[in-house]
Amino acid sequence: MAEPGFCGHCGRGLDEVDHDVCRARLRLEPPRYCAQCRRRMVVQVIPRGWSATCVEHGTVSGG
Amino acid sequence: MTAMSVHIEPSLHDPSQLADLREQVLERGEGLSEEQILSVLTSPDELLPDLLELAHAVRMKWCGPEVEVEGIVSLKTGGCPEDCHFCSQSGQFTSPVRSVWLNIPELVKAAEQTAATGASEFCIVAAVRGPDERLMSQMRDGVKAIKEAVDIEVAASLGMLTQEQVDDLVAMGVHRYNHNLEAARSYFPNVVTTHSWEERWDTCEMVRNSGMELCCGCLVGMGETIEQRAELAAQLAELQPDEVPLNFLNPRPGTPFGDLPLMDSKDALRTIAAFRLAMPRTILRYAGGRELTLGDLGTRDGLLGGINAVIVGNYLTTLGRNPEEDLELLEDLKMPIKALSEQI
Ligand code: SF4
Ligand SMILES: [Zn+2]
Ligand SMILES: [Zn+2]
Repeated sequence: MAEPGFCGHCGRGLDEVDHDVCRARLRLEPPRYCAQCRRRMVVQVIPRGWSATCVEHGTVSGG
Repeated sequence: MTAMSVHIEPSLHDPSQLADLREQVLERGEGLSEEQILSVLTSPDELLPDLLELAHAVRMKWCGPEVEVEGIVSLKTGGCPEDCHFCSQSGQFTSPVRSVWLNIPELVKAAEQTAATGASEFCIVAAVRGPDERLMSQMRDGVKAIKEAVDIEVAASLGMLTQEQVDDLVAMGVHRYNHNLEAARSYFPNVVTTHSWEERWDTCEMVRNSGMELCCGCLVGMGETIEQRAELAAQLAELQPDEVPLNFLNPRPGTPFGDLPLMDSKDALRTIAAFRLAMPRTILRYAGGRELTLGDLGTRDGLLGGINAVIVGNYLTTLGRNPEEDLELLEDLKMPIKALSEQI
């Protein structure tokens, strides 16, 4: 799989801007943008988990 | 300039002045008036420990030591036609939240995860102005499937209702309905323009007269003045909800309130104390935003300052603390989790 190129929180390129704040945010929210293509993902959150799906690159999930 | 920078001379500034409030709320169980709420909200930081101590005593006396634990899940996420300026699920802003429905097996799984934490309440939420037939039918199937599989009370939050829909939800066995006032009447037009505060009030009244319990809360930290925060608490108290979920604004990217600062943690704690003193007998729940606004230490202070209910696990579109951390904290504070079908 290719190296992730986009920030899951703000959707901008990883080398475009600083994402320290985004990384902190991602501890309290699921990613909204696909790391590979920056499409907005379909995200579902349940009490003990979440999943985020990109039409092109499939599903990532977490607790 | 933010609302918080307006200087108001505190009328409550000395611990001895709390004696009257103590007598009124703790001894007689009579909630504070709007003016008294304002005096609490504008009191200086030095008085905060005394206020929290009083609010805690009021909660222990009128509600007891139990904490009501609830899980929530979004049945229909995003794409809402309304424009609540704090909400990432409105279809009117450029929020990254996309529209999606949860299927029934996932809904049951969410209820099971909630019950496994020891929670007694599971609230199903939909991002809508009010339910249409598709949503009501999904609710009918979902509530039935949950009741067959999981031992938990089911609550719902589906926006504004008609009387017929209220009756349908009662028939499904939904035991509590959430519909927040969100903001003080005088501030509401700054927060929502697609429906009125009065419409929200009407749904709350219908629910209260239905046999379902009424859960009605708000968000604070949306740029309202302190006077408007007192107004909001007084309006909630007038409605006499069984439960008040208290949210602290968590500014969502892309929403009109996305750039507002987080509420100051001392103001948040003063708000908790004031709400408890305004509504001695209600279930006062930590809802969204506490992780950011209060952190671990502040969360503990709030539980020792009037809060007697929590949401465990994740929220609708954001993530919460690990439920085990909250449950450990409750154990540490010697606050038992309210058991199923036991009234607080
Ligand atoms: S009605 Fe509910 S889901 Fe819709 S924008 Fe307002 S708060 Fe969000
Ligand atoms: Zn970023
Ligand atoms: Zn992708």
